Amino acid sequence: MKRYFGRKLLIYLLTFFLAVTIDWMIPRFMPGDPVSNMLTRTSVNSNAYEVMYDYYSHVFGLDVPVWQQYLNFWASLFRGDLGISTYLFPTPVTEVLLRAVPYDIALLVPAILVGWYAGNKFGAFAARSKWLDNTISPLGYILTATPYMWLGILLAWFLGIVVGIFPIAGAYSFSLAPSFSWKFIGSVLHHWFLPFVSLLLVEFGGWAIGMRNLIIYELEADYSKYLQSLGATNKLIRNYAFNNAVLPQITGLALKLGVIVAGALVTEVVFSYPGIGYLLLQAIQNQDYFLIQGCFLFIIIGVLLANFIIDILYIIVDPRTRRGMMGEAS
Amino acid sequence: MKKEKKQNELIYFAFRNVKLIIGLAIILFFLVLAVIGPMLTDNDPFDFVNPLGAQPPSSEYWFGTTFFGQDVFSQFVHGLRATFIVGLFGGGLGTLIGILIGFVAGYRGGIVDEILNVLTNIVLVIPTLAVLLIIAAYLEVRSIFTELIFIGFTAWPWTARAIRAQTFSLRTREFVDLAKLSGMKPLRIIFTEIAPNMMSYLLLVFILQFGGAILIAATLDFIGLGPTNAISLGLMMQFSVIWGAMQLGTWWWFIPPGLAITAIVGALYIMNVGLDEVFNPKLREM
Amino acid sequence: MSLKVENLTVYYQTLRGDVQALEDVSFEIADGEIMGLAGESGCGKTTLAHSLIYLSPPMKYVKGSVQLDGRNLPVERMQDMVSFRCNDISIIPQYAMNALNPIRKIGKMIEELVEAKKMDFEAIKPELLRRLDLVKLPREVLDMYPIELSGGMKQRMVMVISTILNPSLLIADEVTSALDVASQKAVAEMLVEFRDQDCTNSMIVVTHDISILYQIADSIMIMYAGQLAEKASTKTIINSPRHPYTKMLISSLPEIGVKYTDKRLEGIPGKPPLLLDPPIGCRFRERCPLAFDKCEEVPPFIEIEENHFVACWKETEDLA
Repeated sequence: MKRYFGRKLLIYLLTFFLAVTIDWMIPRFMPGDPVSNMLTRTSVNSNAYEVMYDYYSHVFGLDVPVWQQYLNFWASLFRGDLGISTYLFPTPVTEVLLRAVPYDIALLVPAILVGWYAGNKFGAFAARSKWLDNTISPLGYILTATPYMWLGILLAWFLGIVVGIFPIAGAYSFSLAPSFSWKFIGSVLHHWFLPFVSLLLVEFGGWAIGMRNLIIYELEADYSKYLQSLGATNKLIRNYAFNNAVLPQITGLALKLGVIVAGALVTEVVFSYPGIGYLLLQAIQNQDYFLIQGCFLFIIIGVLLANFIIDILYIIVDPRTRRGMMGEAS
Repeated sequence: MKKEKKQNELIYFAFRNVKLIIGLAIILFFLVLAVIGPMLTDNDPFDFVNPLGAQPPSSEYWFGTTFFGQDVFSQFVHGLRATFIVGLFGGGLGTLIGILIGFVAGYRGGIVDEILNVLTNIVLVIPTLAVLLIIAAYLEVRSIFTELIFIGFTAWPWTARAIRAQTFSLRTREFVDLAKLSGMKPLRIIFTEIAPNMMSYLLLVFILQFGGAILIAATLDFIGLGPTNAISLGLMMQFSVIWGAMQLGTWWWFIPPGLAITAIVGALYIMNVGLDEVFNPKLREM
Repeated sequence: MSLKVENLTVYYQTLRGDVQALEDVSFEIADGEIMGLAGESGCGKTTLAHSLIYLSPPMKYVKGSVQLDGRNLPVERMQDMVSFRCNDISIIPQYAMNALNPIRKIGKMIEELVEAKKMDFEAIKPELLRRLDLVKLPREVLDMYPIELSGGMKQRMVMVISTILNPSLLIADEVTSALDVASQKAVAEMLVEFRDQDCTNSMIVVTHDISILYQIADSIMIMYAGQLAEKASTKTIINSPRHPYTKMLISSLPEIGVKYTDKRLEGIPGKPPLLLDPPIGCRFRERCPLAFDKCEEVPPFIEIEENHFVACWKETEDLA
């Protein structure tokens, strides 16, 4: 158990270290340097330019040797200081990101969980009969093959423009100011629905297909055959097959997290939904390196955290890992 | 003689497998369209050929024209080419790297395996799109070639994992021992003894990588980090969204590219299921 | 009479046609009898064992009937057999090592199985605990996952589960082949113990290993290429077999008590026929040194002396 956790922790730490290092390199190795980029945009005159350049280099900590910049980066990271956004100057990057995170959580967590749950349920359902299989499986394949943004575009165009019952941009109506009123919450839900559904549908298809294939495999397993020859009910046999098939699906969730995050990113772009994905795109288009840095860091932390949770969950649900890790297995 | 019989049997089952045939037919259809399509139109995908701007499909412009009066059909068939190139070579590169790392890790075991395993796990956990985004943002000019290189170098981890597990189980088999005893070099054993026994599996892996690469490319293109000097199906979707195709109702601009990607990737997946049934007698329906 | 099988014929469906794995098989098993079922691999012994309890595609029922304690067993209807399985006829499968759901505690699994059969687990539990003692398993195994048990323990656990409802007939399918010699003997003795303790009435022991049958079986039935060759008491089969195939099989064993394998059986010249298109008449004909014209007809499985059945024209010509 200890050994297992030790290994996992090592990989997480290594990944984190590597990711942060890549992250640190972003503004420093981008074409042009961030300060002159920002100053060119504000078009100050040449006299003031030099003064301001020195000033901002100092503000952004770019006037010390590279190795020190690297150490400083780690230090400020632990203070929660990710620098100042040049695009939304002078808002600190951390603040910009913290404003966007709730939208990501609201979009991703339900879409992933509901998609995973419903996909597994329907996949198990499809494995029950030829007729269901022939209807659910093709649908699942089409959905997983659909690019995230295209499904988003289709939904936005059809339900947002043609039928016109859903808004297709923003997180809430522009005429409202954020408040704790029913009207505002209603507006938020109204705007949230389409991006949520488009993300959910693609997820759903993938899980359904995976579950269907796993169940069919499990129903062929020896323990299923034994139960059948003992005259157990089909219900019990299917239950056991489902419980066994869910395990690889949990690992699958960890593996697919990166893809889902990418999916959320393009979905946010389609619906101009102000999460980190949308922010990242804005940051890239405006060459706001500190913001890019922050977005990347938040995504990494989010994915690592989710992976960690899934790892722990897996140990809880699979007795084999639990016992095996403690060296009690034969 | 026995081998020949086995091959004949595979071909027999391949031709009887509806999923495989349907999948293959769809792929071939789009492939042919990608090859001969650009010859059917004189319009360059970026030329402003229609002064009326966005017009629905007509006999002159089969798929209509864009907001700027560009020929959607021309963009579509040129974009298809890009899609196939990225899928084939990007997916191929990803498969190749995955195979190489998987084989070496699975065959050598020990410390080499440990190191490659940690590497695989790290690349697996980092959301590749975020990395791709940043790398892509570095380059002022990007081509389809750079895109497929990016994709190949980030899509290999799960393949490496799967191949490693397979190699692990194969390397303890008798024929590998025999080869070892006869003094064959490890790399030769991998390619002459182990790889042929996994051929069917490698094909399945490649097909999945093919489909995956197409989807990643579409995503990259859509957020504006695709090729800067070519057209692709993902770029078509990006342009259509930027220039308000949804709001203006010019559906002919964004329906064909998305539909084609869905059809191609879906066909690849279905082909994969079909091939699996051909290779695994257990899955064949009686 | 415990089990009575009449003209049972079961084929395997393949794309090249039906494999005639079990052809016109008729035999009986007496109350309390432990019958060994032996033959080369592919002779149909596993098909026979499985078709009595679990006849599923690609197996195909062709004809014949099976009676257990005077009641008809609907072997050809998968669903109708559900209520008989475990209750009346049960099996210890070949794959006992993997037969238990890896993610359920064993006790919980038994409970769920029993309850799925609409029975009260609490009423059965005392007997379950007694049986664990019988096979020398600690009672704690009920609180363990299968991965925590050794191979031999899993094997014994499966024996207990398969017989928990006291079936009338128990089929033991190659139960010893995966074990080391010491465990083989222990498991074989436990099978006899199970019969003696009335955990099951009669038993069919399917095996490659005649030495095991010599230890535990009351009678042995030899199969060849989907047909029955000979059935008699263990002593008779070993000491005075009548069917030419049985004779060759027994004499190919260096001595009793030594295991025979498929390789050693190649000592008999020729190979078993392909059952996709088997020869008409006696299927052993081509390898049989005594074969003559009459063998082109299928020899009947006839009782030549008390409880000694043989399917060979040389032995039964004058009787038939």
